[in-house]
Amino acid sequence: MKCKKCGAKASINMRQHKLALCKEHYLAWAPEQTERFIKKYRMFQRDERILVAVSGGKDSLSLWDILYCLGYQADGLYIGLGIDEGIGYSAESQRLCQKFAEARGLHLHIVDVAQEYGQPIPALAQISHRGRGRPCAVCGLTKRHIMNRVARDLGYDVLATGHNLDDEVAVLFGNTLHWATSYLVRQGPVLHEGPGFVRKVKPLCRFYEREMAAYAILRGIEYIYDECPFAEGATSIYYKELLNKLENDKPGAKLTFYLRFLDAREAGFFAPTADSMPELHPCPNCGQPTSNEGLCSFCRLIEKAQLHA
Amino acid sequence: MAVKLILRNKEYEVPAGITLRAALEKVGILPESVLAIRQGEMILEDEILKEGDVIKLVAVISGGSGRISALF
Ligand SMILES: [Zn+2]
Ligand SMILES: [Zn+2]
Repeated sequence: MKCKKCGAKASINMRQHKLALCKEHYLAWAPEQTERFIKKYRMFQRDERILVAVSGGKDSLSLWDILYCLGYQADGLYIGLGIDEGIGYSAESQRLCQKFAEARGLHLHIVDVAQEYGQPIPALAQISHRGRGRPCAVCGLTKRHIMNRVARDLGYDVLATGHNLDDEVAVLFGNTLHWATSYLVRQGPVLHEGPGFVRKVKPLCRFYEREMAAYAILRGIEYIYDECPFAEGATSIYYKELLNKLENDKPGAKLTFYLRFLDAREAGFFAPTADSMPELHPCPNCGQPTSNEGLCSFCRLIEKAQLHA
Repeated sequence: MAVKLILRNKEYEVPAGITLRAALEKVGILPESVLAIRQGEMILEDEILKEGDVIKLVAVISGGSGRISALF
């Protein structure tokens, strides 16, 4: 197969776009497309300061690289979760983020959960009893809290995450299976800022996961190949594999599912319900908005952990 | 000799002279869920595999197996 732009041997074929590109043209195309989506979904402007949440994985590091190549003011945020599981998962992912930032002279903020809150994620999860042995719920809650806190404290205009189309479609598929309309109405490339909430954007939301892996490899970005050890057997991974089976037989199925959903949402097919727009007030401890009476879920978690310490 | 496919710590052998797509299907790997690298270069599904080729497969889903059988 040949590159559509120059006729050289292609390195990637994107069947959903009927587009094959060589390495050079792919590495130019991916940032151009990202720029197009940033503008189309009005994610941020050139004069805004962006905080990119990086995990050491291919998506977040590729996103940071692309924003850097496009000339945006983007700093990184790495959250040390303290997950070891015998493979040094967090230590290795932090090392890769630091190496990436140093090589490009970029600024990386590091927040270590254990240092700041007394316990690493696996211990917090055990104490909380949330999620039956899997710390993913506690981990998600903690990351959301810290990302919002750091972005606000340090005056960033927007928080960018590396979610790709496969991530978005897996969530969409799960929420559709359960007709979780209160989640459906909120899913999209941009989550607007509100009182106490920083704007959140997903500039890679229209790239297939495969394309981001290809970008990282072709660009020579060293990323952590192993998924978090706790994600093994997760439903989201099962959905992704299922959707890739569909994509394999019907090229473009994932992209169409996502884009038609965004159209439907835009057209008002999913009306906000009471539980999708809960009344929020600032947590008396940390000041972040919460629908709880009293402390927010994160502060409750930390309070519980301190009682156990 | 034939052709060797390596995915994570598993190795598969396929005959030379078939396309990458046919080779992946033969061993039950979904072409959509992997990238294939031969001698440091990414190759596409229509590439004909040659005697002695060693193809490194990269699972594109973080944490995914790349195997069709994982679904059933
Ligand atoms: Zn080209
Ligand atoms: Zn709080």
